[in-house]
Amino acid sequence: MPFNILVLASLAYVIFLFLVAFVVERRAAAGAARWLRSPLVYTLSLSVYCTAWTFYGAVGYAARSGLEYLTIYLGPTLVFVGWWWLLRKLVRIGRQQRVTSIADLISSRYGKSNLLGVIVTVICVVAATPYIALQLQSVTLSFGVFAGPTADGWAMPDRDITSIWVAGGLAAFTILFGTRNLDAKEQHTGVVTAIAVEAVVKLVALLAVGIFVVWGLASGPADILSRIQSSEIAEWQMKPSRWTGLILLSAAAVICLPRMFQVLVVENSDERHLATASWAFPLYLMLMSLFVVPIAVMGLELMPEGSNPDLFVLTLPLSQGQGGLAMLAFLGGFSSATSMVIVAAIALSTMVSNHVVMPLWLSLRPARAVSGDVRRLVLLSRRLSIAAVLGLGYAYFRLSGGSEALAAIGLISFVGVAQILPAMLGGLFWRGATRAGAVLGLTIGFAIWAYALFLPSFGPDAVIPARVLAEGPFGMGWLRPQALFGVEGIDPLIHALFWSLAFNTAAFCALSLMSFPGPVERMQGAAFVNAFEDSAAPNWAQGGADPEALLVMAQRILGEEEALAFFEAQARAQGKAAYLPDPTPAFIEGLERRLAGSVGAATAHAMISQLAGRAAVSVEDLMAVANEAAQIMEYSARLEEQQEELTRAARQLREVNEKLTQISVQKDAFLSQISHELRTPMTSIRAFSEILMEGDMPADMATGYARIIHEEAIRLTRLLDDLLDLSVLESGTVQLNLGLANLREMIDRALASAGHTRPERRFDIQRDPASEEIFLRTDSDRLTQVFINLISNARKYCDAAAPELRIHVRRKGARVTIDFIDNGSGIPKDQQTLIFEKFARLTDQTRAGGAGLGLAICREVMANLGGTIGYLPGQGRAAFRITLPLRLERAAAE
Amino acid sequence: MGRHVLLIEDEPHIAEAIRFILNRDGWQVSTHANGQDAVARVHATRPDVLILDVMLPGASGFEVLSQLRAQPETANLPVLMLTAKGQGRDREAAERAGADLFITKPFSNAEILASVRSLVTP
Repeated sequence: MPFNILVLASLAYVIFLFLVAFVVERRAAAGAARWLRSPLVYTLSLSVYCTAWTFYGAVGYAARSGLEYLTIYLGPTLVFVGWWWLLRKLVRIGRQQRVTSIADLISSRYGKSNLLGVIVTVICVVAATPYIALQLQSVTLSFGVFAGPTADGWAMPDRDITSIWVAGGLAAFTILFGTRNLDAKEQHTGVVTAIAVEAVVKLVALLAVGIFVVWGLASGPADILSRIQSSEIAEWQMKPSRWTGLILLSAAAVICLPRMFQVLVVENSDERHLATASWAFPLYLMLMSLFVVPIAVMGLELMPEGSNPDLFVLTLPLSQGQGGLAMLAFLGGFSSATSMVIVAAIALSTMVSNHVVMPLWLSLRPARAVSGDVRRLVLLSRRLSIAAVLGLGYAYFRLSGGSEALAAIGLISFVGVAQILPAMLGGLFWRGATRAGAVLGLTIGFAIWAYALFLPSFGPDAVIPARVLAEGPFGMGWLRPQALFGVEGIDPLIHALFWSLAFNTAAFCALSLMSFPGPVERMQGAAFVNAFEDSAAPNWAQGGADPEALLVMAQRILGEEEALAFFEAQARAQGKAAYLPDPTPAFIEGLERRLAGSVGAATAHAMISQLAGRAAVSVEDLMAVANEAAQIMEYSARLEEQQEELTRAARQLREVNEKLTQISVQKDAFLSQISHELRTPMTSIRAFSEILMEGDMPADMATGYARIIHEEAIRLTRLLDDLLDLSVLESGTVQLNLGLANLREMIDRALASAGHTRPERRFDIQRDPASEEIFLRTDSDRLTQVFINLISNARKYCDAAAPELRIHVRRKGARVTIDFIDNGSGIPKDQQTLIFEKFARLTDQTRAGGAGLGLAICREVMANLGGTIGYLPGQGRAAFRITLPLRLERAAAE
Repeated sequence: MGRHVLLIEDEPHIAEAIRFILNRDGWQVSTHANGQDAVARVHATRPDVLILDVMLPGASGFEVLSQLRAQPETANLPVLMLTAKGQGRDREAAERAGADLFITKPFSNAEILASVRSLVTP
């Protein structure tokens, strides 16, 4: 048969599988693929158990070891027929806990321990890698069988190219259909259906070859039986220890292998499918094994000495010129290999992604990074994991150089994954099993497996030196990998299986007894061990929900009135006169929705689940509750923050408002003051001018009144001047006339000018003219105005009998300080700051013609001159201090 | 009916003007220039009409009036209040305090004369 046709046929077959998966996926998405989720498809998908190893290898196994190959089928058969309750529990828990892989199951059972997830993932990857390599090898070998006789030079490079194409193609197929989308339950309808199709192909192919052998090559069953009788296969002695061990091993493998767990638990869509599978799967296995011995016998008889019995299924028809049958057999083997690799890659990539890549990413990413696009990230991590798993398989295939004995690799993998069994069974049936126990058991079992079986399988000196194999490490004979503790003379496989599982189980039990489970672990343990107790009836109504208990709970959450109203309405809707409705599913769901509105969906679900006796509250439920609580807390924290902000804003507003009110009050007071200050002189002017207009009075009296009018008019003018001055100074638009001026001269001028105020008083002026010889760069007129004001005030208000005024000048760096201190009684403490306010005349008794704006104007002038004016307390007398810069720059003045 | 007016006003020029106007009309005018001992002064002089400025040193005209109204002897004393602030608030405060009449400065001589007269003519 031309090699090209073979390649074409393989390609066509793969495309056909693509199409099947694609169409099924489409129809499933449209919801029109109910039949695809049938027990038959489920059962057929379980056939991933039968890999190329079983397809090709079983015949080789039979040719080498007689009926022992049957143990590989007997184990699963026993599990499916006898341990269906274990499978049912696994499937139930898998669905309740939304388990995504066997690593997830173990990690979930022991308190969501990611450490356990990682350990199981590592075991599975290490154990499955050679197994995947085995599939690549079988496909490559089978290509070689076809190419060998016709095409010359089917040499190593070509084989490598074939295997890399196979690995790449499988990776592409798996990525395409294994990670098309992310389902919470990790189910892949398309892939599973394609696997089922492949199951049919491999069964038909093997049966066809068998029928050809029995009826084509031999002349019927009777002939075959006699040929078997006379062949060397009949001579094989059954080894009880090896049989027992292998049956146990394959039984463990059928539930512990990652790919088996994937189709058995994760892809299971209906628990009832197990009922069909429990008889149909053993039947399938039986059919697969039916013609193994006849093919082996005929192969041994007809094929030339030294030909590989692992390939009898292919070479036998080929040697008889049955090209079509050989092609079918090739496709069967191809199916076996591809289905195994695809499902294993999906299962392993899920584990690697969920337990290694994602936790790493989550811990490495910056805190509070965007969480929106995790889906895409998960998909990417899955795809990379698939590529990595297949890459590992390919690397192993290349490095191992393709061992001839396929079966050995398969069994070694089985022992590896069987290490998961104690932790799994313990987790399912023993509430006392703890995380620490599981970690220790798995680690010890895995270590012994690697030391005693896996590493030696590479051959002496490959990993473990031959000397260690023969004499033990450092000459410790009892630690020889294949004769641990001096137990010699038994099969290495059984030896490793025994010690690894024994130590695994012992460590698991011992540490479980010694350690205490954490709270999540305890709850998960209860949920796993009692998976059936609470959820025997998935239907609400049969769950025995007590409506009264529900009402009590609802009242607590919704409030008495609302809860009663809801229950009454529901009861009325059910046609009942009482308050309590029957716990029908509709009612319970309505209640859950109602509660969800108050406490969140997860909490509501958990509460109802407890009371309605539905499923046990799972850790997911509790996590969801915790999440909700966290969200609520975050929300309330945000509210609190907002509240604080509002309070702050309100306070600020209030402060601003108070200030505005104060300003407004001040403005009113100011206007009122101005009004008063204007009206007062006006009153005198009007009254006296009216009196004068009436005439009829002595001339000197009239003159006196006219003088009053004149005085008041001047007072009015001064007031207006002051007001105008103040407003210019306050608005900062004052024009300063800067120039150099002598301070002493300014004080001289001020003293002369202020002398007009109460000229009758004689003041003793004390000054030190030498200290006043300072040239200031300032507005000398304005500064003098301030001096005049202060001196006039002293003249007006100093109440001492012998009044004196001391003017004291000091230079301090770039500033000058001028103090005006008289010997009066001073200003009361509580009014010392008040005096600089407008109209703050402290007393009206000693009227000096001012309107109370003097000091206010002084303050504004000093501010404009870059200086200050203040009352100097603690002097026991009236003391004012002025400070100002020696050199006022324009910028400071503006 | 007596014709004795007590004028409590701190602005000497205004007091002088009012005194002149009332004297000419035949009133006897006593003056007083602060708030703190104004009540005592009222009791001492027993006027027929009281003219009371609002802005007084010591105590405001409102305070003085409230004290007067609280005492039986002066509860019904006719009081004319003067204010230079000219705001509605002052007028209300004056009425609350018990003023009979209220004049805003500056006023005409005829106005104050008529007001004083009206207070003694029932």
